[in-house]
Amino acid sequence: MNLHEYQGRVLFRAAGIPMPDGDVASTPSEAESIARRVGGTVVVKAQVHAGGRGKAGGVKLAKSPAEAAEAAGKILGMTIKGLVVQKVLVVPAADIAQEAYVGLIMDRASQRPVFMVSPAGGIDIEEVAEKTPEKILRLAVDPRYGLLPHQALTLALFLYKDIGQARAAAKIMEQLYAVFTANGCSLAEINPLVTTPEGRIIALDAKVSIDDNELDRRPDLALLRDETAEEPSEVQARRANLTFIKLSGDVGCVVNGAGLAMATMDLVKYYGGEPANFLDIGGSSNPDKVVNALRIITSDPEVKAILFNIFGGITRTDDVANGIKTALAQFPVKVPIVVRLTGTNEVEAVKILQGIGMKALSDMDQAVQQVVALAKEAA
Amino acid sequence: MSIFVDQTTRLVVQGITGRDGSFHSKQMLEYGTQLVAGVTPGKGGLRFEGRVPIFNTVAEAVRETGANTSVIYVPPVGAAGAIYEAADAGLGLIVCITEGVPVMDMTRVLPYVRERGARLIGPNCPGLITPGTAKVGIIPGNICLPGRVGLVSRSGTLTYEVVNHLTRNGIGQSTCVGIGGDPLNGTSFIDCLRAFQDDLGTDAIVMMGEIGGTDEQDAADFVRTYVRKPVVGFIAGQTAPPGRRMGHAGAIISGAAGTAAEKIAAFEAAKIRVMKRPIDVVELVQSVVK
Repeated sequence: MNLHEYQGRVLFRAAGIPMPDGDVASTPSEAESIARRVGGTVVVKAQVHAGGRGKAGGVKLAKSPAEAAEAAGKILGMTIKGLVVQKVLVVPAADIAQEAYVGLIMDRASQRPVFMVSPAGGIDIEEVAEKTPEKILRLAVDPRYGLLPHQALTLALFLYKDIGQARAAAKIMEQLYAVFTANGCSLAEINPLVTTPEGRIIALDAKVSIDDNELDRRPDLALLRDETAEEPSEVQARRANLTFIKLSGDVGCVVNGAGLAMATMDLVKYYGGEPANFLDIGGSSNPDKVVNALRIITSDPEVKAILFNIFGGITRTDDVANGIKTALAQFPVKVPIVVRLTGTNEVEAVKILQGIGMKALSDMDQAVQQVVALAKEAA
Repeated sequence: MSIFVDQTTRLVVQGITGRDGSFHSKQMLEYGTQLVAGVTPGKGGLRFEGRVPIFNTVAEAVRETGANTSVIYVPPVGAAGAIYEAADAGLGLIVCITEGVPVMDMTRVLPYVRERGARLIGPNCPGLITPGTAKVGIIPGNICLPGRVGLVSRSGTLTYEVVNHLTRNGIGQSTCVGIGGDPLNGTSFIDCLRAFQDDLGTDAIVMMGEIGGTDEQDAADFVRTYVRKPVVGFIAGQTAPPGRRMGHAGAIISGAAGTAAEKIAAFEAAKIRVMKRPIDVVELVQSVVK
């Protein structure tokens, strides 16, 4: 789960990371009063989960509270990469002498949190990694001992020659590490970490992603989820305990298991179709999940045909068949449905489907070819 | 012959009285796995299905029954604790089925398990099966057939799909291992490839990968340097959009890294025969095994 910058700032500041004052606003008048409170020139920044906010016009300088209100008026409601801006962050504009990058990620290869720091801050770190890898220092932290003092200082000295500044930065590394572990982050990033003309080191941005698996035991973090920033059908799916990702094609897919769901989408493409979604109904699927899945998929007007691909292991195929039967009795499904099922309780499932005039296939390739043909006919 | 589990496997189930634990324990018993003990704190002294003794702790179960392998079906918040307990009890193999274990927990669990000389498979995995001998986890026994093809995969039902194709065409399996779909897991493709290469009962290997991370690329490098047996591979997620977690916590393309195309290229460079569709496994395996 990605946090907005204003949410990440709350975590950073609570850990003591020096950041400019400021606050989040949902209206121009709120932006104006924040600008008045912090004083001087402010930056008004769109709060959306999209990179390239500046280029899209979502970041504006304002020299007075009135200008801040005007800037907020322009940015609020703006669409950036398909996302409507609902909130803006208003912070004092900082004078920048130097910019650095500090990031902490959960690294799969070393199976540890890994720091990445670079004196080339303010820009895309992936680009730095590709073009000038010598400008990045990586350091894996053993989570059992945490970030050790000499490690923090080594990272800081890679960024700053002045020992005073390096000590200040080392403290920020420790604070960032504390944010990372205390909140189960998969990413915590400061880009840029700036040096002011007076030589102070402050964080100007806060980018945080939280491991979704933390949210069950951390309701305080789960509350930070911004559902207005998500596809409505995906929000609906999550509430129904389904893993759903909307795509742009016209073949709806209902599958049990993430790997099989991906392979099903790939096979739709292989046979010349375009998948409309990724949907995993999970392991022990009850009929309700199937009803919800069909409701979500049929609400997408782009969907021209629907494929069920169920390999019954823990999932009982008769549960899925009953779900289809219940759904069809509850609401009209105007597009054709192709069902492939095999495995646990297959015989019962086929009978249930026959009872409502539907056929079931047992072969995945055959089912995918059939649903792709039906979607093309309807298009 | 097989890898990781065989006729010497003596299994203890952690969370045997839970909904999932009891369901799958029955299936493992029916399959003929030597399920010697269960653990549920507070239920020590009872018996599962009237025969398997239940203990309060894993250490007790090991002492009383000689268990050497554990399978874990406990909820995500308790999963790390269950793994620590199994490692401390001296078990050599720990299989964690639980999905949703916080990654931060795994950063501490993994070194703990390794330092005690144990192997962890998972979390978020279907477990493993040596057909005809031992089923540890949730892979349906009826779709497997004893034989000489080793299979390692990051997913569950996709594995069943492929195993089913093999079995229907008379191609048996030595062991099928699901290593799980999480970004940090105990056993890697490389661990399984090494074991299959060293196993006298395995003639060819099927490796089922997916988008996200670099495990498949690393595995391809390992195949080049170590594996002399033919390898057939598959990568799921060619149509997955970047930046989205495709069900499995680890199945995510970050930036331009971890794409299916990148992994398929790595496979091909290592002379791994790549399936375009799951069903291609039959023809490709038949072409390498006489």
